[in-house]
Amino acid sequence: MTAHLDTALWALGRGTGMVALVMFTLTLVLGIVSRSGRAALGVGRFGVAELHRTAALTGTGLITLHIGTLYFDPYAQLKLVDFVFPFLGSYRPFWLGLGTLAVDLLIVITVVSLLRERVGPRVFRAVHCATYALWPVALVHALGNGSDGGALWFRVLAGLCAAAVGIALSWRLSAGYVERGRVRIPRSVPR
Amino acid sequence: MTTTSIAPLTGTQRVLAVRTESWREHVDALGPAPRLSSDELIRLVDSAGLTGRGGAGFPTARKIAAVAASRRTPVVVGNAMEGEFLSHKDRTLLDQAPHLVLDGLDILGRALGSRRLILATGERIDSTRVRRAAAERPGRLVDVRDLGGGFIGGQESALVSQLNGRAAVPQDPHTPVYVRGIDGRPTLVANAETLAQLALLARFGPDWFRSQGTPDDPGTFLISVSGLTPPSVLEVPRGIRLREVLLQAGVPLERVGAVLLGGYHGTWLRPGTGDVRLCEEDLSPYGASTGAGILHVLSVDSCGLRVSAEIATYLAAQAAGQCGPCVNGMPRMADTLTRLAVPGSDPRLVAEVDRLRGLVIGRGACAHPDGTARFVASTMLVFARHVEAHLRGECHETSVD
Amino acid sequence: MRRLLIDRTRCDGHGSCAELLPELLDLDEWGFPISLTGERDPAVPRSLAAHGERAVRACPLMALRIG
Repeated sequence: MTAHLDTALWALGRGTGMVALVMFTLTLVLGIVSRSGRAALGVGRFGVAELHRTAALTGTGLITLHIGTLYFDPYAQLKLVDFVFPFLGSYRPFWLGLGTLAVDLLIVITVVSLLRERVGPRVFRAVHCATYALWPVALVHALGNGSDGGALWFRVLAGLCAAAVGIALSWRLSAGYVERGRVRIPRSVPR
Repeated sequence: MTTTSIAPLTGTQRVLAVRTESWREHVDALGPAPRLSSDELIRLVDSAGLTGRGGAGFPTARKIAAVAASRRTPVVVGNAMEGEFLSHKDRTLLDQAPHLVLDGLDILGRALGSRRLILATGERIDSTRVRRAAAERPGRLVDVRDLGGGFIGGQESALVSQLNGRAAVPQDPHTPVYVRGIDGRPTLVANAETLAQLALLARFGPDWFRSQGTPDDPGTFLISVSGLTPPSVLEVPRGIRLREVLLQAGVPLERVGAVLLGGYHGTWLRPGTGDVRLCEEDLSPYGASTGAGILHVLSVDSCGLRVSAEIATYLAAQAAGQCGPCVNGMPRMADTLTRLAVPGSDPRLVAEVDRLRGLVIGRGACAHPDGTARFVASTMLVFARHVEAHLRGECHETSVD
Repeated sequence: MRRLLIDRTRCDGHGSCAELLPELLDLDEWGFPISLTGERDPAVPRSLAAHGERAVRACPLMALRIG
């Protein structure tokens, strides 16, 4: 019975982690689409923004489950301190530490995003930039720490995620990124 | 309430009659600035009917009351930015009677219990004299600050933004500076002339103040006159006839093609309007106001369309670059007007100017697009026959000045 | 009546608001919102309150407020 529970926790921990990775990939891509001011996927501009938010919150919820289940999983040997301070874990401390780092970033980004009306756009935007650090850290953590890290199917999944983010990023940095190429606000004034 | 034993100034020359350089001289001539509580001050200013002389003409008493009602201690800022190209009155005042302007800050500061008094001077103003004056006064030191920002630098929230160490650009009007201004404190921004008027009003009282001007628009005001005459600053009663101001400034009336009243955000008036009195009730039918006290005269030999197009182009370039409709619409409007100013232009440009005007009004954080649109509207109205001539390929312009 | 307050200094012309509130807002040729009610800050009728709140949340530049 206990063994079954352990296996279940382990599987749940792995599964939630992987789906969270997919969710965050989706979040990042949708964030970039949303920032471009373009309607996409037939849901309009506000729809893209809402999907972005929903994907982010889903991913965050999954991560909560992910660390929760692994905390109760005796095999993973997580301690409470590992939720906050990176690189102190007993099992693969480096790879686990990356996960902790990602969780720390996630907490800050989530809190600031939920309180964005209060903190104002400057802080919101600065902190939101940290997502570009969060995503690769989370990906490397998944590849290094995950027990499926070596499996081909997982590598393919990770590769697809990386490709999606790579394409979105290069579009973000391209000249035609902002919609319709109209004269828009040349941002001479920082805000 | 008014405790001075000095005889009040008579006649229409008030703030310009005070020419006191040193503090000693100033106190000998006018006595010290009276101390008033905020209630006394608000009542005094309200009964005098003093309005802001910076352009918007807002009742000063309401402005004071707004910051006095706040729980936090307000900051008082004297506005001598003089971003309006054609205005010279702030410079004149700070040169001739710096202590009068500082008195105004002093009176407001004491009534409101402010710990910070600032005088902001623009890039066209030499602040040496007023700095020296501020240093020799007893009481709270006025912090004189040399600032930039061009045409919109004197806009209230742009000024506050600059004083807060940020860019000189207007802020969202939904959070006005009298609620959150310098360092987040409620901030009262008053034009230099308003301060000087206040300094005399506090000494001589509301009845004296109302002995010039009209019952609805009392007092005197400074007006910078230019065009067809060397630039000058006059002090005249509110409600004076336009013709009278032109004569006082030495403008040859027969050479007047049109006058621009209120500065670059102002309104063109035709030559036939010499009888109009420069007060709110006479000017509002024309959609005009004296603004920051500017009268610019256009010669009969000049093309109003060309001059207006140049002004519109200047205004478009002076935009802060924050609000989309202004950033996109103003250069397009100026460009359309410029094309219209070339004889033989496309008749569709007339409708296009109107359309663009409608597109920028009420859609900026500050009144810059609205003021520019008003100016362009009066251009199209006052120079309508001229527009027709241009469409036929004709222009009467013989001199470019 | 509560109004939709547009901070023009923040607005970047994404247009989410006009999609959610076509009754109150249109977009100009550059993609920036135009009030359709003739008011500077359009009044938000009770029937549109929920859409108004959504528009506030959807604005990526946080340029909207209802107040």
